[in-house]
This record gives sequence, C-alpha cells and structure tokens, in this order.
Amino acid sequence: MQCEECGKKPATVHITKIEGGKKTDVHLCEQCAVQKNSITLNTNFSVQDLVAGLLNSGSVGPFKVDIVKEPKCSVCGLSYNKFKTSGKFGCSNCYKIFGDRLNPLFKKLHGNITHTGKLPNKAAGKIKLVREIDKLKQDLKTAINNEEYEKAAEYRDRIKELSAMEQEDV
Amino acid sequence: MSNWIMGGGPSNHIILSSRVRLARNLANTPFPLMLNKTSGADVIEKIYDEDTKNNIFKDYKFYDMQDTGFVDRYVLVERHLISPNLANHGSIGAALISQDEKVSIMLNEEDHIRIQTVLPGLQLKEAWTEASAIDDKIESKVDYAFDERLGYLTSCPTNVGTGLRASIMVHLPGLNISSNINKILNAVTQVGLTIRGIYGEGTEFIGNIFQISNQITLGRSEEETIDNLTGITEQIIDKEKEARSILLKSNKMLLEDRVWRAWGIMTNARSISGQESMKLLSEIRLGVDLGVLENIPISILNEIMVDTNNASLQKRIGTELNTPDRDIIRAEEIRKLLLQQ
Ligand SMILES: [Zn+2]
Ligand SMILES: [Zn+2]
Repeated sequence: MQCEECGKKPATVHITKIEGGKKTDVHLCEQCAVQKNSITLNTNFSVQDLVAGLLNSGSVGPFKVDIVKEPKCSVCGLSYNKFKTSGKFGCSNCYKIFGDRLNPLFKKLHGNITHTGKLPNKAAGKIKLVREIDKLKQDLKTAINNEEYEKAAEYRDRIKELSAMEQEDV
Repeated sequence: MSNWIMGGGPSNHIILSSRVRLARNLANTPFPLMLNKTSGADVIEKIYDEDTKNNIFKDYKFYDMQDTGFVDRYVLVERHLISPNLANHGSIGAALISQDEKVSIMLNEEDHIRIQTVLPGLQLKEAWTEASAIDDKIESKVDYAFDERLGYLTSCPTNVGTGLRASIMVHLPGLNISSNINKILNAVTQVGLTIRGIYGEGTEFIGNIFQISNQITLGRSEEETIDNLTGITEQIIDKEKEARSILLKSNKMLLEDRVWRAWGIMTNARSISGQESMKLLSEIRLGVDLGVLENIPISILNEIMVDTNNASLQKRIGTELNTPDRDIIRAEEIRKLLLQQ
C-alpha cells in the first residue's frame, strides 16, 4: 500500500481516527506520519481540508442544483466535483469555467470577491485601454445624441485606433 | 549568512524577521500539481533561461530539487528559504536563492512562482517593496495568469487576488510567562490573521516563537494588508514590552534565575535535544534583551536557532547522524557558539 499523503513511499504507519462517531483509517509513510503528528494547532486541518470542508458543508452555495451538469475545465480537465474534494485548482482557466459558483467560497475565505491590489504592468495597460475604449463609446453616443457630428467622428477614429492597439496586444 | 540571522532592524529584540511572499502563475499553463517532469521543466525554463540567468538572477544560486539531496533541502528549510512542501514533494521543483539570502524564489511549488523576501526586525513595508520589484522584473519576462476581477490566479483559492502572504516572526516570552499569550493569540486570529509555528503551516510553537500572517488576499490591497499587519504587530510589541517590564518589577530574581539556569544548561550540557535547546534559547534571548546577560550578539542566538537543527548539524559535520549522536554534536556546537566571545 502506498502512502496516502505523498503517494510515493510504502505506507508503514496506520492510524485509525474517530471523529464525530465516524471511523477513518489513514495510511502513511513514516516521514509523512511524523509531519502530520507534529501539528499541534488546528489538529489535522490542512488548508486543503478546510477549503474542501467549506465547499461540502452546504454553507457555501447551492451545489445540489449544479449536480445535473457538472462543469469541467476544458484546459486541465479538472471537474468541479474534484475541485470540491481537493480544494485546489488545476489551472487558471478553472476559475473561468467554475465562474460565479466560486463567489460564495471567496466570500467565506476573504469576505470579498473583487481584487483591489496590484496589476501586472502588461495587464494594467490592457485594462486601461479597455476602460478608455468603453468611455469613448459612451462619449460617442452622447455626441451623436447631441448632433455633434464633428466630435463623433473624432471619437470614432480614436476608438478605431485604440481597438487596433488592443487587438495587437492579444 | 542571511540577513535576518545577522540581527538588527527595528524592534529586533522582539521581532526576529519580516517576510513577504507573492504567489504567481504563468498564463495558459496548468498549475504544478498537474505537471509532469517534462512540462514542469518547461515552466522552469520559461522563468530561468540563459537571459534571466545572466540578468535578473545574476546574484542567485539555482537549486534543482531533483539534484539536491535530502539533507541539503532541509538545510534550506531550516534557514527558512524554501518550504517543507517543496523539500518533501519537489520532484519538479526548484529554488533560486539570492547570495545574501534576502530573496528566495520557489519554482513549481504549489504555484509556478513564489517570491519571498525576508528582512530583519519589523520591516514589512520594505520587504513588500523589494518583493514587488522582483515581481515586476519577472513579469517583464513572462505572462502571468491574471484576471481583471479576481487578480492573480493561484492554485489554492486562499491565495487568489494579491497572492500576498506577509508574516512576522516574533519572540513573545513575556506574554507566555505572564500567561497572557492565549489572549493575544485569540485576539489576533479574530482580526483575520493566522498564527503558525516556526516553520510555517502545521509546525508547532517552540521557544516562544510565533509566525503571524495575513489570511485575506482578495479585496484588500497589498498596502492595506501590510499596514494592517504592521499596526497589529506594533500593538503586540507594546504588550510584550509591558509584560516584560511587569515581570522585571514583580519577579526580577525569578526571571534572572530562569535566565541563568538556561545559560548554565546551554553552556554545560553534553547532549541536548532540539526541543530543549529551543526552549532554553528563548530564556537566554530574554536574558540578553533585558540586560541580564551581556555581550552576546543576537546573531549568535539566531545562528543557534537555525544552525543546530538536524539537517544543518549534519551538513556542518558532513555525515548522517543518528539521534543520540545529533544531540551530542548539538550540545557541542551550542557551547562553542555561546562561549566563543
Ligand atoms: Zn508519504
Ligand atoms: Zn483548469
């Protein structure tokens, strides 16, 4: 039998845990057992357990509804159910695929769902570009409504220019 | 020798070090958990190639975990340069470590890139500035997995957003002796911070040394996170100082007795376990801080803390040691270090 923790070495330590009336057997190699046993705080609760616990507790989101069509990441192949047990994403695309159903988890972990910190320099340029195009489109609408056609033409040119830049960046 | 071990920095009598870690991943590449030897090597090649080797990482030493023996890996763990996780499971992992050991970058740990900066004393802001500058340099070379709404995308949802973990390593004997430690630790966990033992997640509290770090990475900027942790740390420093001065006033003899007993054992023992030496080291550190023991530089105490751990001892001696031999060599090394001046 292989160690359940590292999956590499043979399991030589066998532990039976009774938690909440439920019996579970854990099989570990000596090294992993030593590591597991040195935990004194938050006994046997790794981040992984914690995240998985949150996802499965029912306290996060309406999962029952989602069982019918289980989302699966098209890039790394990780299914949503697998994520619920492992607590780790397989790739950055998983975030997109699992989408809004992750929001309750983020709320639980961070109290927030939107990043407000640093932007990578490259993405920052792109984000600013997109924001500027959005603003110009608004201005264009206003100009047309006000029959300011000279201004509208100017906005249109600028939007074309910036959109071309955005395409190039991709 | 690494910067924080040398000592110094603001509030160094209580704060041993300030550490900042940034988690980053490459765009369009599965996270390390999903990689095999070949795809793992591709990731490393993207970050560490001929170009960066001679530029960004000119003053760094590169460790491929595959080619690094178990003792050497654990020496890096004991010096707080890599995580136990990378040392144990790092078949595709690597580390880049700056000459002054202020910066270490883990590759293919849980995330593709983990940048860590460590400075002595309370210098979280400085550590963040430095980590962010290295982050910019690496970003000029690779494309990061970044989402406009969620920020930096990480393998674990607990790190998404800033990918920032800021932490301080703090020595709180006064609060422990005066039985106030649990109150403080509870309060700290209530404000969104976590407390860990000396080697990170899942390690125990020994020698009155604690690591306190932020938990929230989404919806709070890096500056807010750093300011918040710095502010709370300053309060903890005040509380520790208060506890020490009350102990000095009410129990001076008792305190001095503890310090001198610790000194007696540490400078005379012929065999000592890591556990016992960490406990006694805390008393000696307190004695130095309070002026009971004189002419002992903090760097010696930090050196004992780091270099008399199992792997570092074996590295120093150059052979594998069994436990009884290790304890004998440890006692020898500690005596040498404490009595050398
Ligand atoms: Zn194992
Ligand atoms: Zn995926």
